[in-house]
Amino acid sequence: MTKYIIKRLLLMIFTFFVIMTMCFMLIRLLPRELPQDKNLQAVITARFEALGYNKPLLVQYGIYLRNIIMDWDFGTSWYIQFRVPAMEVLTSRLLPSVLVNLYSFILSVPLGILFGIYAAIKKNKWQDQFISTAVMIFVSVPSYVYAFLVQYIFYFKLDWLPLTMYSLADAGGSYWTQKMFVSMIMPILALSFGQIADLTRFTRAELTETLTSDYMLLARTKGLTRAQATSRHALKNAMVPILPRIIGGFIGILGGSIIIEQIFAIPGVGQLYMKSINLFDYDVFMCDTIFYTFIGLLAGIIGDLSYGFIDPRIRMGSKK
Amino acid sequence: MMKNKNDYMNIPKEKFKMVNEGQRLTDTKFEDKPVGYLKDAWIRFRKNKGSIVAAVIILVIVLFSLLTPLIISKHPATFMDVYYAKKPSRSLTLKKIGLSEGTVTRTFSGAGLIRAIGIGVGAEDHDGSGQVTVKEGLSSYYQPIKKIGPLTTITEIKGAKPKSIYNNCVIETYLEVGFLYKSFEQDEYRRIVEWQNETGLQILYPLVENNDYNLDPLDANYWYKTKKGTPVTTASGKAKTVELSDGLVLEDNYKRDAEGNPIYYEYTGGGDHDTAQYKVRILYYNYYIYQNGFEPEYIFGTDSQGYDLAVRMAGGLRLSLLLAVVVSAINLTIGAIYGAIEGYYGGWIDLILERISDILVDVPFIVVATLFQLHLSSKVGVIPSLIFAFILTGWIGMAARTRTQFYRFKGQEYVLAARTLGAKDWRIIWKHIFPNALGTIITGTILIIPGTINSESMLSYLGIVKLGSATQTSLGTLLSDAANIWTNYPHLLGYPAIALSLLMICFNLFGNGLRDAFNPSLRGVEE
Repeated sequence: MTKYIIKRLLLMIFTFFVIMTMCFMLIRLLPRELPQDKNLQAVITARFEALGYNKPLLVQYGIYLRNIIMDWDFGTSWYIQFRVPAMEVLTSRLLPSVLVNLYSFILSVPLGILFGIYAAIKKNKWQDQFISTAVMIFVSVPSYVYAFLVQYIFYFKLDWLPLTMYSLADAGGSYWTQKMFVSMIMPILALSFGQIADLTRFTRAELTETLTSDYMLLARTKGLTRAQATSRHALKNAMVPILPRIIGGFIGILGGSIIIEQIFAIPGVGQLYMKSINLFDYDVFMCDTIFYTFIGLLAGIIGDLSYGFIDPRIRMGSKK
Repeated sequence: MMKNKNDYMNIPKEKFKMVNEGQRLTDTKFEDKPVGYLKDAWIRFRKNKGSIVAAVIILVIVLFSLLTPLIISKHPATFMDVYYAKKPSRSLTLKKIGLSEGTVTRTFSGAGLIRAIGIGVGAEDHDGSGQVTVKEGLSSYYQPIKKIGPLTTITEIKGAKPKSIYNNCVIETYLEVGFLYKSFEQDEYRRIVEWQNETGLQILYPLVENNDYNLDPLDANYWYKTKKGTPVTTASGKAKTVELSDGLVLEDNYKRDAEGNPIYYEYTGGGDHDTAQYKVRILYYNYYIYQNGFEPEYIFGTDSQGYDLAVRMAGGLRLSLLLAVVVSAINLTIGAIYGAIEGYYGGWIDLILERISDILVDVPFIVVATLFQLHLSSKVGVIPSLIFAFILTGWIGMAARTRTQFYRFKGQEYVLAARTLGAKDWRIIWKHIFPNALGTIITGTILIIPGTINSESMLSYLGIVKLGSATQTSLGTLLSDAANIWTNYPHLLGYPAIALSLLMICFNLFGNGLRDAFNPSLRGVEE
């Protein structure tokens, strides 16, 4: 197991390094846009010169890596927040992204599993058919269509919730106030529909498989009631593939959703990504790219490893 | 000894006759047709009602995207009319049964309502006789107000003076444009007058005096005398406010010559006989008919810039579908070859190729799409660079699928037999193993299509991929154009969003149906 973990971690680091190198080269090759302001232009050009932006690409990459390792310096933001370290710009936007995604995660995981279990128990009855049809529709419709739908119902028709998320100043200077939470409800809902449907579908598929397996028959023959057999045997086994998926998804909430953040004006990581492209703030763009890659890799590896912890029968990396 | 009839022991040789003499003996043909793999899949696909419906809807959407420019809409892709931008659906055929009238429900202030009603009244009063009552104007063909709502009194802010408003008025938005000031060359002016005489439709209306009674000299709809928006009458020499009532005659503010005849044009500049410019006041609805030869008709309304939304949507759907099909075809080809090589040869080739795809699969798609756009869109165009982005990581799923299938089949006896008979690797891969894996692979391709459509619309919505142009657009671009104004114009967002969602749902249903049909392990499960 330990050997497997180390192997996976090393592979992850290697993959991360390769992707980072490719992205760095491609981003540095982009033409640099300079601001109109003469003074600012001079400052930035001088700073670029000092940072070695005119040296060969490989040397630049060496400098970049050295800065990260020695000073944890991922470059500087020039346009989004003038001369603030790119990493700081990123981390300052982490909280809103994580909060919105976390709330929607907390909402959708129990609901998704419950619907899935219900549909699996009522398999081929009208309840199952209803849930399965709804799932099909909710999985397919893009998340930003939900965003508009939610806005239409809760803002336009009912006027219960604000159209976009409140800025920090409007909501009393903290992301934890009640006012802020109310303004987050719409993005949370918009994100949740798809997640609930996805999890319902997955849970239903796994549970119907375990419900028809032989050990369920054995459990019933031994005299367990249907409810007992389902909760103690079928559900437990069905959770083996479901839990890693949830754990992987939990890591994924760090990344946020670019499109939902754009629609609801959430000052998060996804919005930062769009801003960095539109304003040509390439150091922030690079930093965000690295962040997304890292989150993706981490979610994958933790999801995979959790299989082994959840079900001791699964020996990770063992020979056939 | 009498010859026994039943003596079977000694039958003479000549009594023997060949059965089926002169006939060739072959196996009899099966009475019913054999059920092959594809046929079996088709039989099971047919049973899945949801997938059939989905397939039909997809077909309808495809037909819509192809036929709209030819049949459904009269407007070419480049047709754009700024005055009829953001207008709701209007169809002359559907209008007869009370649908698609191009109307919206709105709240008006008293002055605003009179201005709107005034368009219809003014349209009837083209000779400046001043004899048209509001009642007559209300039944005019050009009357934008279709229904006047109840008069209610509201207090917007506490302590402020209460306001009287007309709730739930129904207004025809195409007629609401009303009158406009335009400048024509003399040539054009003469053609319009000729056309007016031919068809009997009035385009040119009297110009309006620019005096104290004219509320807004740039708005051609204030043709009657007003003070702060309310119509006034000056018959007694002193301005007097009038209220909306059936018998009311709005007093016109037309420019008139010495004899009191209204003036229809004014020379504004320009040199010779043909290029001289005339300022005129036109009724836009009839001018539109003059320009195009038909009344404005937009089955889905018009988009934020004034293009026909149906044409734009058809273009977007065409682009999405074409892109998705091209991307899945290329991904299928690359993935199949890559996966076949991995799966068939195995060993260290498999190991190395798997590591390469392991790395590629972890590159965030949105980053790839962004970088490709930034680097390549100016060199090879927006759409090719989008296709490159889709291909860079898109084939990996297909390769994994093919690889599994090859691992499954390569150890089977028929492969061994083929190899023993001297078949080359290439032949075994494509002639023996690949056809067996085809069902699974094709199904995978169908399921790439909704994913591609979703990503494409998301990228164009975010503006990472810029697909909006005079002739081409995408559903994502239409949605992002509507994103800030859709609360006032819901149709701008509604129709593209419905089309996109429908397409996604149907492709997923259709793909799932195909997957189940092609999965032999599910054979007989439903019965």
